[in-house]
Amino acid sequence: MSDSTPDDPHSGQTPLLQTVGLTKRYGTFLANDHIDIEIWPKQIHALLGENGAGKSTLVKAIYGLIQPSEGEMRWQGESMVLSGPSEARARGIGMVFQHFSLFDNLTVAENVALGLDGKESFKDMSARLEQVSHVYGLPLDPKREVWQLSVGERQRIEIVRALMQNPKFLILDEPTAVLTPQEADQLFIVLDRLKAEGRAILYISHKLEEVKRLCDTATILRGGRKISTCNPKAETAASLARMMVGAEIKEVKAAAQRTITVPRLVVNDLSLAPDDPHGVTLDRISLELKGGEILGIAGVAGNGQDEFFAALSGERLAQDPGTIVIEGIAAGHLSITRRRKLGAAFVPEERLGHGTAPRMKLSENALLTGHAASHMVKRGFIDTAATLRTVDRATETFDVRKAKRDPEAASLSGGNLQKFVVGREILRNPAVLVVSQPTWGVDAGAAAVIRQALLDLAAGGAAVLVTSQDLDELTEIADRIAVMFHGRLSPPLPTAQASREKLGLLMGGSPLDHDQKDTTEKDTAHAVGA
Amino acid sequence: MQLVLEKRAERSNTIALVSPLIAIALTIVTMSILFAILGKNPIAALGVYFIDPLTDSYSLQEIAVKATPLVMIAVGLSLCYLANAWNIGAEGQFLIGAVAGSWIAVKTQGTEAGHWVLPAMLLMGAIAGALYALIPAICKVKFGASEILTSLMLVYVADLFLDYLVRGPWRDPAGFNFPTTAEFDSVATVPVLIEGGRLHLGALIALAVVAATAVLLGRTIKGFEIRVVGAAPRAARFGGFNANQLIVLTFAVSGALAGLAGIIEVAGPVGHLQPGISPGYGFTAIIVAFLGRLNPIGILIAGLFLALTFIGGEQAQIAMKIPLDVTKVFQGILLFYVLACDSLILYRFRLISTPRQVPSGTG
Repeated sequence: MSDSTPDDPHSGQTPLLQTVGLTKRYGTFLANDHIDIEIWPKQIHALLGENGAGKSTLVKAIYGLIQPSEGEMRWQGESMVLSGPSEARARGIGMVFQHFSLFDNLTVAENVALGLDGKESFKDMSARLEQVSHVYGLPLDPKREVWQLSVGERQRIEIVRALMQNPKFLILDEPTAVLTPQEADQLFIVLDRLKAEGRAILYISHKLEEVKRLCDTATILRGGRKISTCNPKAETAASLARMMVGAEIKEVKAAAQRTITVPRLVVNDLSLAPDDPHGVTLDRISLELKGGEILGIAGVAGNGQDEFFAALSGERLAQDPGTIVIEGIAAGHLSITRRRKLGAAFVPEERLGHGTAPRMKLSENALLTGHAASHMVKRGFIDTAATLRTVDRATETFDVRKAKRDPEAASLSGGNLQKFVVGREILRNPAVLVVSQPTWGVDAGAAAVIRQALLDLAAGGAAVLVTSQDLDELTEIADRIAVMFHGRLSPPLPTAQASREKLGLLMGGSPLDHDQKDTTEKDTAHAVGA
Repeated sequence: MQLVLEKRAERSNTIALVSPLIAIALTIVTMSILFAILGKNPIAALGVYFIDPLTDSYSLQEIAVKATPLVMIAVGLSLCYLANAWNIGAEGQFLIGAVAGSWIAVKTQGTEAGHWVLPAMLLMGAIAGALYALIPAICKVKFGASEILTSLMLVYVADLFLDYLVRGPWRDPAGFNFPTTAEFDSVATVPVLIEGGRLHLGALIALAVVAATAVLLGRTIKGFEIRVVGAAPRAARFGGFNANQLIVLTFAVSGALAGLAGIIEVAGPVGHLQPGISPGYGFTAIIVAFLGRLNPIGILIAGLFLALTFIGGEQAQIAMKIPLDVTKVFQGILLFYVLACDSLILYRFRLISTPRQVPSGTG
């Protein structure tokens, strides 16, 4: 740990960190191609780019996780070679990862202690932890076990852990991806304060409005190259997006006159205890979804969305058949295959390992969900030609880019695999589509294709249920939005009335208006009525 | 400079094919060193092991005879392993199959029973092997008991049960007190393919099993289910495939094949039931399954190769006084290298110029 304070008088003249021609090669693939970037103290510097633009590679090199193939890094003007993250930390570089590395069964203090060098006693460390979290307005109870905490609180642990090493330079990887709008606002206050103390922050994000509001400088990467460094406050969201994507993003065509028809998916008072001791109990969930309609479910991750998806898909069965009704047939006790035969289709959040078998070919992955309701299996034998036809049709309809006709699922980029997974289900012409995080970790181009496909499917008469943490996405495509919190589902709001503030409050667990909520809930339950 | 193991972006299909060959080469190098330490000329020893058995008709037939049970058992095991069900007890299922089939042979001994006896024995052997394999499978599915332990422990139960029968109720009264049944009648014996030779009908059955399994795995939805459950359990569940059902099914099939191999061995090359009918076929078949990449055709080749080591081992014992246990050492080293080389399918070696610590996070 460094003893000098972040307020170094000379830091105004030389950048705190500078990369010169930084290049990282994987085989013949250039993940980073001669990137020059300057990080100054008292600055929040945004790093923008689509998935695969090279953001993670650059940050990993700066944090010492990988060695650059070429180029130089300078720290306070002097050349720096990092042997690993601990050396980066020793110089004053801290990082908060998007995926937390916390042990669920340990307490907050124990988790923090594991990430530090262990030179001070556990008692001193706990005291310092409380002090740091107090000073920065990041309240944490050191004695609580991590599994009891919300995602926002878990992120606080990671931030406090980084701050306890008094970094001059803090890297944050998509920190608001898991936060409610209100939690994000609180985080911004903390970041502004860190900046005022003279620290530098590198802020990775693809939320452009957020970057415009928070950051002083933005560096945009595309295809491993630096496209530009600019002042985000002087740009528009559209101009930033253009630089990220390199082309105009296709506007999603809003629903041209959709006809709302009969209820195709009904959930009646569904309660379900979790499999996993740290899981969420579903608590009296009711909803009704008609043909031609898109219902959005918002909520912070880990509030029961995964459990709800499993209950809807039939990966977990409900006790009472009537709790889930698909196309007018009680389906709570039916297997996923039987539900598919009723006309339902499902797209889980996790593409690799859940939606597809990573090391199997696309044609085999077409068979994975297609065996139930398509003509891919005849008397127990697989019709390989039929599975390949599905791959070809999905490729053509949804512009899936791949190296050969039938590659392994794992070899596709996230966006292309997601297009395949969504396409595979849509091509079956489902009556009900339940989709979770349809554009999570997908580039802007692919996201637009997928959202358009969902809108078109609804326009064709299907009922679509979309779970997402991206409020912009839900506002763009959903007719109504409900919020999931602690295993309960709020009554849906028409999208026009679902302001970020209202949704944010619901996501944080505070009811909009107590009396109104209760009556609406009863009404819904009654209308859906068993 | 430091040597590190780095994850590959994609699985290497070349290495997947070459890895067994690298493993065999490394095994041969290690064996040469071992032969040298034993004071034998490594070149001569390897010649006796791997070349001599291929030069005469008797040895070639003998290789096929040894390969027959290995291939049949390994094909069944490969189904289990593909589905992530760890049947280690094929040896026990082999013995129980042999015992159950022999029961018919013993009961019909000296009667006028016709040609139905052998088919009935084979059927009985397969059914008994399957039922015996279902014990660990059902314990696993119902109670979560580790199938590795239960299936392994049942090997010793089967071994002792066979021992009891041939020393007690089924002992040949005219057998000078040797623990063995009487020689089976001709209707209870697997016919040989070449007059005066050792090659028997079982070899053809093994080939049929290989072909049927290749079709099952490559062409049918059931085979697809087995592969998905092992490769991506969560995706399999999403696909609507029931993992527990497949554990039961693959255990039953592999038990049936091991039991069938058992009764064929007893009714074929051995000719009567006695202890020691298996030189560890059920365990060696595990090596065969992995050396053959859990692929039926690969298993056929691997089975023939392992059979060669059995025959070569016997000849080396006679010709060069090399202990027969060296064959077991050889097989153990081979399995070790096969599994080690398999990590190269998903990882590769890389030299790194400066030493570095283990990354402390993901990102």
